[in-house]
Amino acid sequence: MIPASFDYHAPRTLDEAIALLRQNEGAKVLAGGQSLIPAMRFRLAQPEVLVDINGLTQLDYIKQQSGYLAIGAMTREAALEEAALIQQSYVLLLDTAKVVADPLVRQRATVGGNLAHADPANDHPATMLAYGASVVARGPSGERVIGIDQFFTGLFECALVPNEILTEIRIPTPGPGSGGAYLKIERKVGDYAVTGVAVQLTLSGNICKSIRIGLTNVNPTPMRALGAEQRLTGQALTDEALEAAGQSAAAECSPSADLRGSEEYKRDLTRVVLKRAVRLAQSRVKGSN
Amino acid sequence: MSQHEISLTVNGAAVKKTVEARTLLVHFIRENLELTGTHIGCDTTSCGACTVVLNGKPVKSCTVFAVQANGATLQTIEGVAPDGKLHPVQEGFWEKHGLQCGFCTPGMIMTAKSLLEKNKAPTEQEIREGISGNICRCTGYNKIVEAIQYAAAKLEEAR
Repeated sequence: MIPASFDYHAPRTLDEAIALLRQNEGAKVLAGGQSLIPAMRFRLAQPEVLVDINGLTQLDYIKQQSGYLAIGAMTREAALEEAALIQQSYVLLLDTAKVVADPLVRQRATVGGNLAHADPANDHPATMLAYGASVVARGPSGERVIGIDQFFTGLFECALVPNEILTEIRIPTPGPGSGGAYLKIERKVGDYAVTGVAVQLTLSGNICKSIRIGLTNVNPTPMRALGAEQRLTGQALTDEALEAAGQSAAAECSPSADLRGSEEYKRDLTRVVLKRAVRLAQSRVKGSN
Repeated sequence: MSQHEISLTVNGAAVKKTVEARTLLVHFIRENLELTGTHIGCDTTSCGACTVVLNGKPVKSCTVFAVQANGATLQTIEGVAPDGKLHPVQEGFWEKHGLQCGFCTPGMIMTAKSLLEKNKAPTEQEIREGISGNICRCTGYNKIVEAIQYAAAKLEEAR
């Protein structure tokens, strides 16, 4: 399968890339290309102009800043897995990086692309929702920071305007007593999730002080399981509380039936996986048994 | 239609060609360079038969445009044994019967080679995870794993 024709530009600077987007209405940004190129091969996407930002190596970094982890939008998924900083302090992100697509795709796929594509089946949306991350976007009039709760606006739609480029992802550094986990059920490596649950929580003794939960591929847009979060916040993490949270998430999401299972199956699997993910996150809190 | 002149190094040799922007790297390799060892298995970024090593990293060449390889260093299966002497990974596939129909083999070898460059003594689990982006429809995975273990041991001996 061969994509439709397009004009191709490979800018060397961010300003040049933004100018190209401004000059070419309908231009698409080509990051890792691991979603866009397949879509173009199927002609589900037929952009007339591609602005390839793979030359913007200045957007490829993982840095601990004061209070948050900064990830350049062009950081490859494979780099996350290998980063000592992430292995030590961002376990939810590490879990996620290990299950994005497959090891070959992860060599090119980027964190920024995974979010900007706004596919509810992608893994980073749920994870970034659980972290309460924010993203930085650059456009002709400068830079703005968008909270992740405001970022996903629809199926394959996000808060970026056409001439903006996502440049950085910021993850708040987890404080003392916190832990996280991402669990994804997939039929085989590289398939989309049947369901996936990202959890980031903070404990104070036995009590769950705060928790954020993101869900993968069980809703038309990436979503937080707010009801489930409410059932656990301020509570001891008993089996009963977890069951109530799982049931809440199963009711809150809106999966569609496909080859991966019926709606009912996906809801129930979400209930079960949520409980497991919370328990795993809890077990990872430093000093907990 | 946009045409672009690209220069890259393919299996150690400098190459300069003009390509249409929409040409996928795998089509460029097979049709323009006539290196048909790189296979097309699925056309959906699923199977890994088209795996090549681009700037030192194993990638699916059906999911990269040829124009993006401008200035790059590219290795295909044809560049793995330039002097005719099998690479230890190839030797492993030969010795351990790591192939049945052979269609996935070039991609498997490119992935395995990259894996062993990064992880010199992988566990069986690490090998299985490492090749999880490559599909063998004969399902000959046990023998492929043995082939890669053979290569790891062989490379260790040589060090």
